[in-house]
Amino acid sequence: MEKVLVIAEHHKGKLTPAFLATVTAACQIAQQCEVLVIADAVEHLASECAKLQNVTKVRVFSHACFSHMLAENIAQVVLSITKDYTHILAASTTFGKNFMPRVAATLDVSQLSDVVKIIDAHNFQRPIYAGNAFENICTHEEIKVLTVRATAFSAITQKETACEIEAIALQFSPSEQVIFEKEEAPELTRPELTSAKRIVSGGRGLGSAENFKLIEKIADTLHAAVGASRAAVDAGFVPNDFQVGQTGKIVAPDLYIAVGISGAIQHIAGMKDSKIIVAINKDPEAPIFQIADYGLVGDLFEILPQLEQAIGDLKV
Amino acid sequence: MKVLVPMKRVVDPYVTIHVKKDGSGVETQNVKMSMNPFDEIAMEEAIRWKEKNTVQEIVAVSIGETQAQETLRHALALGADEALHIATDKSLQPLQIAKILQWVAQTHKPDIIIMGKQAIDDDCNQTGQMLAALLGWPQATFASHIEFIDAETVRVVREVDGGLETIKVSLPCVITTDLRLNEPRYPALPNIMKAKKKPLKVMALEETALELESKVQVTKVEPPAPRKAGKMLKDVSELMHALHNIEKVI
Repeated sequence: MEKVLVIAEHHKGKLTPAFLATVTAACQIAQQCEVLVIADAVEHLASECAKLQNVTKVRVFSHACFSHMLAENIAQVVLSITKDYTHILAASTTFGKNFMPRVAATLDVSQLSDVVKIIDAHNFQRPIYAGNAFENICTHEEIKVLTVRATAFSAITQKETACEIEAIALQFSPSEQVIFEKEEAPELTRPELTSAKRIVSGGRGLGSAENFKLIEKIADTLHAAVGASRAAVDAGFVPNDFQVGQTGKIVAPDLYIAVGISGAIQHIAGMKDSKIIVAINKDPEAPIFQIADYGLVGDLFEILPQLEQAIGDLKV
Repeated sequence: MKVLVPMKRVVDPYVTIHVKKDGSGVETQNVKMSMNPFDEIAMEEAIRWKEKNTVQEIVAVSIGETQAQETLRHALALGADEALHIATDKSLQPLQIAKILQWVAQTHKPDIIIMGKQAIDDDCNQTGQMLAALLGWPQATFASHIEFIDAETVRVVREVDGGLETIKVSLPCVITTDLRLNEPRYPALPNIMKAKKKPLKVMALEETALELESKVQVTKVEPPAPRKAGKMLKDVSELMHALHNIEKVI
């Protein structure tokens, strides 16, 4: 009998879309799952989790140190209850990637990262080589530790009735080896990149941080998130949390507009599962056109203002 | 202070990979190989520490086939003092690699271990975290800035989804590198010559006497499903028509 636990991910008191997608993945392993909420204040998060479809129990652990989610501390709490489960899941965000391998190694089990398909309780599919190949993996570990690529699963919905919430009894002392100092989180005025329905992304072709504003303007008319290639980030046009790609964020929106992006393997790995891909580039040979559904060859400084105008006209 | 830099030989990041027809894996014969880019960054960081006299000794280690020695020679040419090759033809998963590295750490006693956040072939992003867990050391993953506060503490800026996070970590610890940590150098020709004289110790994996059973098997490797062929359009009005009327995404 499979018993699945999902570790809740939250940011500023809200459950993240990546976590909601991970619950969906969990419910494909068994029909139902349990959720573990670790936070400095759990009440609100726990009652939200208790109302998720197919969640049968929410377990909570609260401690002041969890105003910051350090891997050493999270792992300690997760490990205290792993024996109750056959599968432990978290989203493969920087949150999940950070502590899950620590949990797996302490349990002496292999971890499967970035699972995109659940074949059955023992068989899973995951991308390798920047998404240029997929491997099917069969695991016979007693406890299966998985991180899940959120864009491959839809978000779990809510139900009317809430399930049971239970506090974990644990003698816990925060690690003295790691101390949180500060975080720098730029204020988001647009949809969050990994859960946005539409994304407009700019690359080296924009030429400057100033010109990148053209991308932001289009994004705002479309209520889209703004993305960037690694080249644009390295050139300093935008901060690095805008980066879409193997080493940045993996996205799969309904519409992805790539402007002035050549389409390096690195970038394509992060966005090729988008439903509709549009490429705007002056080089007709740019590799991005090979995966684009619609391509427009031309000068982006002429095309972007026209596009902004056309979208604006549509809204009237 | 002594730093250990684990590194992996992988298919060069600019090579287009091909999945074998029998679904057993990805073609790696006669393909250009190089040091995993994230490990190059780890090596560069270690060299910078040595240049600042923060560390005195850099040990590079690689686990795998004989050709891993090329990667280690490269590390020696860049500035590593000695290298250790643990030879095996087995394909190993991050947990097994972490156990071998734990053994290396226990025999070499480094003060700090710095390594790539992930290998660009298996894309696992696990080994550093697993190694830290096995050693009972703290970890600082996805580092984009590292600063030694004193001989016992480092301050690390980490790249996280919402932005950046700064933590203070006590040594010994494991740090994994993000791309933005530094710009790796190229080895100078005289250093490539000198590297040939530096110590590169080779030992068989069996000498570690580790139990490395795996309960995980790859059953099939396949290429991604191809996207349907796209359409080239003339102008913005055609594009708007396609997005608004046909695909209905605007």
